[in-house]
Order: sequence, then C-alpha cells, then structure tokens
Amino acid sequence: MTSLSPTADRNPFAAALERLPFLPALLILVVLVVLNGWFEPNSLSYRAITGLVSTYLALMMLAIAQTYVVMAGDIDLSVGATLSLVNVVVIVLMERWGGGGGMVLLACFVGILTGLACGLINGLVVAALRLQAIVATFATSIFFTGVALYVLPVAGTPAPAAFWRTYGGRILEIPFVFWVVAALALLLVLLVRTRLTLQLLAVGDDAQGAFQSGLPVAAIRIKGYVLCGLFAALAALCITGDTASGDPLVGGKMTLYSVAAVVLGGSALSGGKGTVVGSLVGALIIGLINSLVFFVGTPSEWQNLVQGLAILIALMAGVFVGRRVGQ
Amino acid sequence: MSIDTSAAGVSGNRSGSAVIEFVRKPLVVALVLIVALLALGEALSPGFASLQQILRLSIVAALLGIVAAGQNLVILGGREGIDLSVGGVVSLSAIIAGNLMMGQNGGILPAVLVCLATGALFGLANGLGVTLLRIPPLVMTLGMLGVLQGLLVVIRQGIPSGRAAPALSQFVSQPFLLGLPGIIWLWLAIGLLMAFLLKRTVFGYRVYAIGSNEQAAYMAGVPVRTIRVALFMLSGMFAALAGICLLGYSGSSFANVGETYMLPSIIAVVLGGTPLAGGRGGYTGTMAGAMLLVVLQSILTTINIDESGRQMIFGATLLVLMLFYGRAKAMRG
Repeated sequence: MTSLSPTADRNPFAAALERLPFLPALLILVVLVVLNGWFEPNSLSYRAITGLVSTYLALMMLAIAQTYVVMAGDIDLSVGATLSLVNVVVIVLMERWGGGGGMVLLACFVGILTGLACGLINGLVVAALRLQAIVATFATSIFFTGVALYVLPVAGTPAPAAFWRTYGGRILEIPFVFWVVAALALLLVLLVRTRLTLQLLAVGDDAQGAFQSGLPVAAIRIKGYVLCGLFAALAALCITGDTASGDPLVGGKMTLYSVAAVVLGGSALSGGKGTVVGSLVGALIIGLINSLVFFVGTPSEWQNLVQGLAILIALMAGVFVGRRVGQ
Repeated sequence: MSIDTSAAGVSGNRSGSAVIEFVRKPLVVALVLIVALLALGEALSPGFASLQQILRLSIVAALLGIVAAGQNLVILGGREGIDLSVGGVVSLSAIIAGNLMMGQNGGILPAVLVCLATGALFGLANGLGVTLLRIPPLVMTLGMLGVLQGLLVVIRQGIPSGRAAPALSQFVSQPFLLGLPGIIWLWLAIGLLMAFLLKRTVFGYRVYAIGSNEQAAYMAGVPVRTIRVALFMLSGMFAALAGICLLGYSGSSFANVGETYMLPSIIAVVLGGTPLAGGRGGYTGTMAGAMLLVVLQSILTTINIDESGRQMIFGATLLVLMLFYGRAKAMRG
C-alpha cells in the first residue's frame, strides 16, 4: 500500500525496510549472536552452531509454514498438531515396514503427503467454507491430534537408526542439517520466484481488490495452507530426526512459537507483508534467546520467565521499530 | 442479545423470513443444540440429563463462561481484539488465591482483592501495549502468555500449591440459594451485569462503536484508547475471578490449570454469535456457547470410545457447529 507513495523524499533506511521488512530482526539476531559469543565463546564454535541448527531446524520450518498463511492474512493454529501427526505417521510406518533405507524414504514421503492433506483440509475449511481462521484451525488441530493419538496412543516408539544417524550425521564432512538448510534455501528461492508468493501477498494486502482484479482468492488461500502443511511436514521430519522417537503431542507447544517467529521476522499478522527469510531469522532469535538465557547463568526455575520477557520485548520492539521507521 | 435486531424488523412483513431470522439467531441455535445434546446424552447413557448432572455441567460451564466474559469484551472492541493470556492469568490467580487462603475462610477477601488486582495489572499491560505501542492484540497477549507461563514456573518453585478456603469450595459446588450453587448465581449476575453494561450504558455503546468502526468512533469523540485498555483490564479481572472459582472447584491449584481455558474461551464467544471481527454480538449468546461446549465435551466422555476418537469427533463437531455462525461473506465483484 505504502509502496505507491513516492519514495524519493523518504530516508533510505525506510525504503530498505519496506523491501526487506526483516532488517530489525536481523539486527536483533546479530546482537544475540554477539551476546551469546560474549557469555560463552564456545557457543560460536562449529559444533555448537551445528547443534543449534539441528535443534531449531524444526521451528524454522514451522515458522516458514506459518508465513505462507500469514502472508494471505490467515493464520494456522494447527501447525503443531500437523507436525505431531506427521511425526507419528512416519515413526509408525518406519517401524511397520522395517528400518531399511528405501522404506524410510517411503515413510517420509507418506508423511509429507499427510502434511499436504492437513493443509488442504485447513484451506478448504477456511477459504472454501469461509470459517474464521483462528477458531477453525483450532478445531482442525483438535481433530489432527485425535488422529495422531489414534496412530500412536503413547509417546515412545523409537525411530530406526538409519533415520536419526543420517539426521545427526555428516555427508562429505558437512553435517546433514546444513545440507537440509542448503536444500531449504534452494526451495525457498524457487518458491519466491513463483507467482504464488506475490499472489498470497496481494490477497493479504487487499482480498477484495485482489478478487476484483481477477485473482482466484479462495484457491490462492488454499494453496497457502497446502504449502503450510508441506513445511509443517518437513518440520516433523526434522523433529523426528532430532528426538528419534514418536510423540503424538510433540508439536502442541510449537504452534504459538511459530506465530511468534513470524511476527519477530517482521511479517504483519494482518497479511500483505511478510518474508520467509524473516521467519527463519525469527525462529533463530527464539533459539538464541533460549541459549543466551542459559549461558548467562540464569537459575533454571527463572529461565522460562526471562525467556518469556525477552521474547515479549523482542516482539514489541520489532513491531514498534518496524512501523516507526516504515512511516 | 444481538444489536442488529433491526434486520428482523425490516423483514418482518414477510413472516417466513422473520421465523428464519429467529431460528438463525446464534443464541437460539446454541440453546436448541444444548437441548438436543442433552437428549442425545440421556439416550446414550440414562441419567446424563438428570438435574444433578446438569447442575454439575453448569458449574463447569460457569468457569469457562466467566473467562469468556472478558474474552467477549475484548473481541467486541474490535481491531482484531483477542486475549490469549487469559489462561495464564487463570493459573496465576488460582495459585495466588490458594496461598492467600491456605484453607482459611479469613483469607478469601484478601485473595479476591489481590487476584483481581493482579488480573487488572496484566490486563493493563496488555491494553497499554495494544493502544500506546499499537502492538496487535494477538502478538501482545501471546507474548504476555509466555511471561505468565515463566512466572508460574518461578512461583511454583518457591511456594506450595495452596488450599481453597472451605467456604469457597462450598460456594462453588454446594447448593447456596434455591438449590443452585453460588457460582451459578455469580454467573447469572455476571450475565445480567454484562447485558446491562453493553446495552444500557454509555460504556457499552462505545464498545460497540469502536468495535464496528474505530475511526468513526474516534471522530465522534469516543476515548478509544481508554476504552480498549479498560476492556483488556476487565478481561484480566474476569480471568482472575475464574481462577479463584477454579481453585474452589478443584480444592488446590495445580500446574497450568488455566491453559485449557485459552482457546475454548474464544470458541465459546464465537459459538455465542460474536464474530472475531468485533462490533456485533453480546454475552448472552456466549453463555449459551460455553454451556454448549461443556455439554458436548461431557457427552464425548460418556460414550465408550478412546481418547483419539473423542478428539476427532470433538474437532469435527466444532467445525460443523461453526458453519452455523458468522461465516465470512462470499467475494463479489
């Protein structure tokens, strides 16, 4: 909307911020990296960073998932439940089919299909049936959790060694998770080049206007949810690699973190403004806040409170600065 | 209940559509569904709809309904109003009240005062963040929820979970007047108060005004910010009150009891006919919505299926129920 106003008379930082809304988040990220290095020099070692990435890769994926619906002005409170469902489906299938390499891949493929199906259901419910996204995806999250509990009633079934050894291992001396990050970056670059990202942003900015200029608004929103399901499934594969076991409730707590990561990344929940890079940065901010709170020696019972306060302040600062400079 | 009764009046000349208007009213839908579910429950397991059982369900519904009162106010105020921090306030209030009472009736008054003040304080913080810093309510209250959850961990480390005063437990679960427990009377009083507040006071009109068109309300001289802060404070206070009642219901507070109230309180509001966009609706419907949710959940626990099936049916039923309420308008060119 503001892009229509002349940019010549505004300061260059504001113009940069408009094109790259995740700049404040990047700044916070750099500060956090420096602070982490200050309090615990080892936290910047290759090994520690590998550990950080493999722990928070799932949240990064889930934040990306959330971004695609937020772009269109929607929200998905079922990403955590979708993640849990895919996690147990993959675990159970790998156990049933034996832990062989081909079977593991096939199980992962079925897991991704499950995620896509969850996304499609959400999309149909929100965009085709026109229910309110917050409450409708909460309802589907209850449903998905039910299905997950049906697939695996109690947490515990272990993943086959082939799976978690790969996730925690190395290929050509480079940790597997970095290969995943590289593949993810490539996938995101490809997605940015598609028309879909622009269409999602157009719908989020002004759904009525997008409709009147001939965009199939409902279909675009459904595609956003399907993409969200895809990345939630990928997040589930990461969680499965990290925890090496199945848990029908593993993703429950992650939903709200994914929303926080998206907002930290400079996306507007009202839609029309958002970048997946920002959400990646947002997820890393949450990870680094958690590790920083640990490194400065906060007593264990105080850690959650300090984390909560730090995330609240980062959220407020991000929204506040983003708007002040953007004006 | 619903402020747009004028629509029914306009179409009154065609009696058929007036009937349809009436039947489509969220309150009517919710009440019919409650009765139908009670009948279904009675058929599935005799005794489900006994007076005793309905009273028990009403107590559970009252707890949810009190939280939903605050949620309803915040949502009515519009601008994507929502309060995700209510669950945290409920838990915090329950543990504070338990420790101030320690099983003594003399502790009730200080507990109520301290808890309401705490709830108001967190509501004030939410409200200031939303108005002064213009943080979207969902983001602000989500962050506040994280703070509250952290605070609960700290508090639980140092102090015991506390015990409800006998008089409070009695108030919540024993007959108080005309055979009804005190909490039901409290809930009904809140219902009357909310109806009066929203439909008969300047404050109420202003809430609807800022909810339906904030800009116009501001131009007309409505103190938009003050009202919005007040709504968040009321939401915190209702959540705190529910926390005290919850303590009375369960006897002692335990970890994150309130968390289960966060999203259900929003669902109760939506099932009661208040759209999340705000500016329309009211609390009477929300009360029915809370009762509907509780009856539905209760029916699922009586039928003999395992947890997974229950959750699947619950989620699917919620989706079907939502089809009755506030669907967005189809796009027209």
